[in-house]
Amino acid sequence: MSTTTTRGVARPAPAKASPARPRRGLRGNPTFNFWLFTGPFLIGLVIFVFVPIGWSIWLSFFEARFTVTPSHFIGFDNYKQMLTNSDFTGSLLTFTVFAAFIVPTTWALSLGLALLVHRLRFMRAFFRSVFFIPTACSYVAAALIWKMSIFNGVRFGLANTIIGWFGVENIAWVSNPSPPWYWLVILTVRLWLQSGFYMILFIAALQNIPAELYEAASIDGAKPGWQTFRFITLPQLRATSTAVILLLLIAAYQAFDEFFNIIGNKATWGQTPLMVLYKTAIGSGQDYGAGSAGAVILTVLICLVTLLQGKIMGFGRGEETK
Amino acid sequence: MSAMSSNWDRRSIFKAAAGLAAAGALTACGGNNGRGGGSGSGKNLNQYFHAYGEPGVEQAVKKYASAYKDANVGTQWITSNDYETKLFAALLTSNAPDVFEFHPQIQMVKSGQVADLSDIINPVKDDFNPADIASHTYEGKIYGVRMIDDPQFFFYRKSMLEKANVEVPTTLEELIEAAAKLTTSKVKGLFLGNDLHAIEAPLIWSAGAEPLNAKNEIAYHTDEVAAGLGQLRKLFTSGHLLLDAPADYWDPSAITQGLCAIQFCGMWAMPAMQKALGDDLGIFPFPKVGSKGKLSVYNGGWSMFVNAKGKNVEAAKEYVKWLWIDQKKYQEDFATSYGFHIPPRKSIAASADKLKSGLPAEGAKLFTDYGHFDNISWTQAMWSALDSVISDSVRKGGSPEAALDKADKTINRELKKLFG
Repeated sequence: MSTTTTRGVARPAPAKASPARPRRGLRGNPTFNFWLFTGPFLIGLVIFVFVPIGWSIWLSFFEARFTVTPSHFIGFDNYKQMLTNSDFTGSLLTFTVFAAFIVPTTWALSLGLALLVHRLRFMRAFFRSVFFIPTACSYVAAALIWKMSIFNGVRFGLANTIIGWFGVENIAWVSNPSPPWYWLVILTVRLWLQSGFYMILFIAALQNIPAELYEAASIDGAKPGWQTFRFITLPQLRATSTAVILLLLIAAYQAFDEFFNIIGNKATWGQTPLMVLYKTAIGSGQDYGAGSAGAVILTVLICLVTLLQGKIMGFGRGEETK
Repeated sequence: MSAMSSNWDRRSIFKAAAGLAAAGALTACGGNNGRGGGSGSGKNLNQYFHAYGEPGVEQAVKKYASAYKDANVGTQWITSNDYETKLFAALLTSNAPDVFEFHPQIQMVKSGQVADLSDIINPVKDDFNPADIASHTYEGKIYGVRMIDDPQFFFYRKSMLEKANVEVPTTLEELIEAAAKLTTSKVKGLFLGNDLHAIEAPLIWSAGAEPLNAKNEIAYHTDEVAAGLGQLRKLFTSGHLLLDAPADYWDPSAITQGLCAIQFCGMWAMPAMQKALGDDLGIFPFPKVGSKGKLSVYNGGWSMFVNAKGKNVEAAKEYVKWLWIDQKKYQEDFATSYGFHIPPRKSIAASADKLKSGLPAEGAKLFTDYGHFDNISWTQAMWSALDSVISDSVRKGGSPEAALDKADKTINRELKKLFG
């Protein structure tokens, strides 16, 4: 109740003033509505995205060990350290290998699923849901299931049981990096988790292709199947494909959860850029300066690749190509 | 309330709502900080514990905390695999724990993260194992109270060794040979953990080396250690090592479920193993590596530290003194009622009957005879460099010398930053 009193003292006027104001005053004001609806998100964006990015750039020029409020300016030393750090440069290679495989595979698999589901005449909603549900699963949970029950190294692990039927010896899927079976574990979990989501994007795009195009094509003598797909469907999906590949590439750059949980931080292989940064800054290194410098380098790389891809594949030019 | 409503125009309602939403979003981040609700008297303290695997420990820790009357002590039970990451990150924030358990590491002293606890320990200093005092001392000040010592060694199934006609190994060669003889289609001979990091320090000691010498220079990089890594590589590829087990080395499951005949583990898991296997259980220290080798046991453990940058340093010290110095009943309960740990206090070790006979007594003897304690100068980043040595040489099959050279580079950089 004390708050009421102070309010009353501080602002005696509103009680009288409000009836005089036109009723539509606030609700009709587009500027107010804009801030009302975007404000909370904007505040979140500023606090959780822009401030950390700015802070990170600032930190990258300081010697910041065991602190995020450093005072010792060291210029580009952190950048030099990260660029000569074989773990970090190696992680960029790891990522490249990973992306080169996962991006086309996920693209092809989700497109394939979309085509299959799109052609279904019955139970379409059921299959759409079935393929989409893994998207709702957490990466961490899925990674642990993959590591601990499907691909564990003991004789009763699912994968080892299956290869056991064919008389193959048990395999240590994750611990032993040669041969690199861990890629199988990593790639299958990501395919399982991601394909459903991109399938939905493709289904939406497939539904947007006008039926007349197919009619016209068949009148012109295009055979259904590969020819129609190659010359009608695929070009029509160009805008969506570009977006999907871009999203997949960014997702691959950001890979962390399943690598961290399956391979872990103690290995020296299969470390993604984010894992190296995590270890440098937040993990045992506690070197926030070097970690931030690596984050800035990575951000610049992602921007460059995105721009380059836009240039090559024409992202955002979907309308013109139609 | 009706009188109040006249003061609320629409704009102030929106403002209040937006304010609440923003405040809600902000507090949500810090909501799970383990602090108590604010009932009771005095200050609020927050403590961090890693998740002990034995049932009942979490309840015990919370029970001790609630018995403390001078402050409300909330407990954060950190279940993730990398407790240190969560701890280090939290220590930089305003939600940092006031007291936390960890290992003595100098970077926390140098960066002013842990408070000097000499004044509460000095009066009872003589009752502590001298090695535990030494490992927490830097420049004459003591920075943590040891709660428990955890010797780590091998556990083996007596029946399986007997059946395979294998003697208890005393050298690394014998251990590798034993693993081969003990491996059957159902059981692997040996389990060293999924990434083998648990044995990196014992390997160094057993090869007659030390991580660092007295002048804080690298001392682990010897020919014997490199040769030991080479031997481990052979073991790793032999097919006699249990790998990718569902639970790691610190959990007794591998040996109790019959997945392996010999497992590297800690004394904490002894009660669970005894319960599952009865008398069919023996222990031995890490075997000798090379001609200069010695048997060794890693005496790990956990200590209580006070966050020097916390809001209630004095209250936190009072709490640590109350629980980990004054309350001997709780200390004994913590060391012997769940997993087995060696109490660092001589008086408690003397009264802990559970550790005086049978296998626990053998464990205590290994602790005394072959034990090596933490070195305060050995930091988490150096542990991490050793992890990479094991990964590069043993698991990946690279040259041990190259792997050690790489670690030298990292560790020398650390040492230079710490000691100049």
